[in-house]
Amino acid sequence: MGNIGVLIEINNGSLKKINKEALSLAKSSGNDVYAIVFSNNIDSFSDEFKGIKTIINIKTDMDDYKPDNYAATLSEIIKKYSLNDFIAGYTSLTRDMLPRVAAKLNGTLVNDCIEIDLENRTIVKPIYAGKLLQQYKLKDEYNLYSIRSNVFKISDLDGNAPNVEEFELINVDELTKINEVIKDDSGNIDVVDAEIIISGGRGMGSKENFEKLFDLATILKAGVGASRAAVDAEYASANMQVGQTGKVVNPKLYLAFGISGAIQHFVGMKTSKVIVAINKDADAPIFKKADYGIIGDLFTVLPLLKEELSKID
Amino acid sequence: MNIFVCIKQVPDTEAALIVKEGKSISEDNIKWIVNPYDEYAIEEALKLKSNIAGSTLTVLTLGPKRAEAVLRTGLAMGADLAVHIENDEYLDPKTIGKALAGAIKKTDDFGVVFMGKQGIDNDSFMVHTYTAEYLNAGVATNVTAFEYKDDKILIEREIDNGAKDKITMSSPCIIGAAKGLNSPRYPSLMGMMKAKKKPITKLTFEDVGVIIDNKLIPEKLYSPAEKIKEAKIFEGDLENSVKELVNLLKNEAKVL
Repeated sequence: MGNIGVLIEINNGSLKKINKEALSLAKSSGNDVYAIVFSNNIDSFSDEFKGIKTIINIKTDMDDYKPDNYAATLSEIIKKYSLNDFIAGYTSLTRDMLPRVAAKLNGTLVNDCIEIDLENRTIVKPIYAGKLLQQYKLKDEYNLYSIRSNVFKISDLDGNAPNVEEFELINVDELTKINEVIKDDSGNIDVVDAEIIISGGRGMGSKENFEKLFDLATILKAGVGASRAAVDAEYASANMQVGQTGKVVNPKLYLAFGISGAIQHFVGMKTSKVIVAINKDADAPIFKKADYGIIGDLFTVLPLLKEELSKID
Repeated sequence: MNIFVCIKQVPDTEAALIVKEGKSISEDNIKWIVNPYDEYAIEEALKLKSNIAGSTLTVLTLGPKRAEAVLRTGLAMGADLAVHIENDEYLDPKTIGKALAGAIKKTDDFGVVFMGKQGIDNDSFMVHTYTAEYLNAGVATNVTAFEYKDDKILIEREIDNGAKDKITMSSPCIIGAAKGLNSPRYPSLMGMMKAKKKPITKLTFEDVGVIIDNKLIPEKLYSPAEKIKEAKIFEGDLENSVKELVNLLKNEAKVL
């Protein structure tokens, strides 16, 4: 195999955790590693790149993402430096960018890998939202992989500092033009990023009652999720949905209020370290999948829980 | 405008999946449905069709004989034409993108192409983008709002941390539909009756100009190891139950 490329995403002036995971995976192969960094200021985090061969720096800001230009640039870099294997995190940016790059290279991309054997180009990824696992072999000239966060280990940084090469951003016809990025200033934590998730199902009964979950979330610094039934009943917005037709989450604590535990929901949260179910129906399937449970009315449990959790700091 | 919707037939989300010989899922007792994200694609395409007088809506699928059912659903919801690239073999996402692009390109002046952002079966999350690249068209992924105004296409899509991008594109372009885009209609009884009689155009790989050459090869399919859990369940005195739960989360599970 040839060289390995890693796409770096900068978040608030430092590397995203998932990029450290990708770099560690790339370095473990023993091949030359090239880090591709779209940034105007790489000096501030250059220590993070010890032990890799070369940083290829495109002087621009990742916040100023231009889909067509970035994809054209990255595919040229991959060709120029023979990066026959290319790794990135599975993020909203790469969900947009990597398939464009793969198509431009007439290469093969596989998303959301949880195991990668680079030498044999063999990977495992969840399919059917994780109901099943599929092992694939990649046999293309250019092979691209995106990895799931919090799965691959971060190794210690050692070795020499890399050399830095600059690469000009390639400007092409902009078929897809991003005019504006609207940040979410609600203060709510996205379930994908949350360490603790408080989730509500049809049992919540109304949109107003969901506010009680947001209330509790503030105390726990948690994200608020919802089952498909709650979203379909319009108690919660679609971007809160956890499950096969929503988001797949991986928190340390998942609190499920009034969620029955249908399989399409369960596959979206089953890798949670600890699952707690609160439901008045003792026969709800969620109790078979939980670590702890309370059989009882969630509207009685919620204020009690809020009081008890407020005592912890 | 010539509007397209690409639809995939997938197993129902409630289906328990059984692996057959480490290769494929057992199709016994599987209820097949329209990929849920494709339902948003169909609905948005129907809305666009009703906004542009004289436009034609074609539904397109790639899959085995049984996949004809999703085309009938699309026709029943209001599509005009249906195209089926019939295929029983495994295809990787790149090949699927080329085949869909090949079928769409047969219509010279295709406009907006809608499809779900991902299939809920293989979760590959890239077919719409591959298709766009092979059509040399713009593409927006994870689309939650769509508007056609003064020949411009205005998009909103969800990105990380609850943020949203506002995007402008021109026709032709590809839309990767996400939940939140709209509420799909149900096919009417009259629509279903009419759909049964509408013809379906069959295409082969030769017709769409694609030679099958998979580079992503499935090797082994299996079920993940499930943790056997012995849940600690409380009931009765809820005040004490909550106290005990919080105590266990803090001191036993150590997650608080």
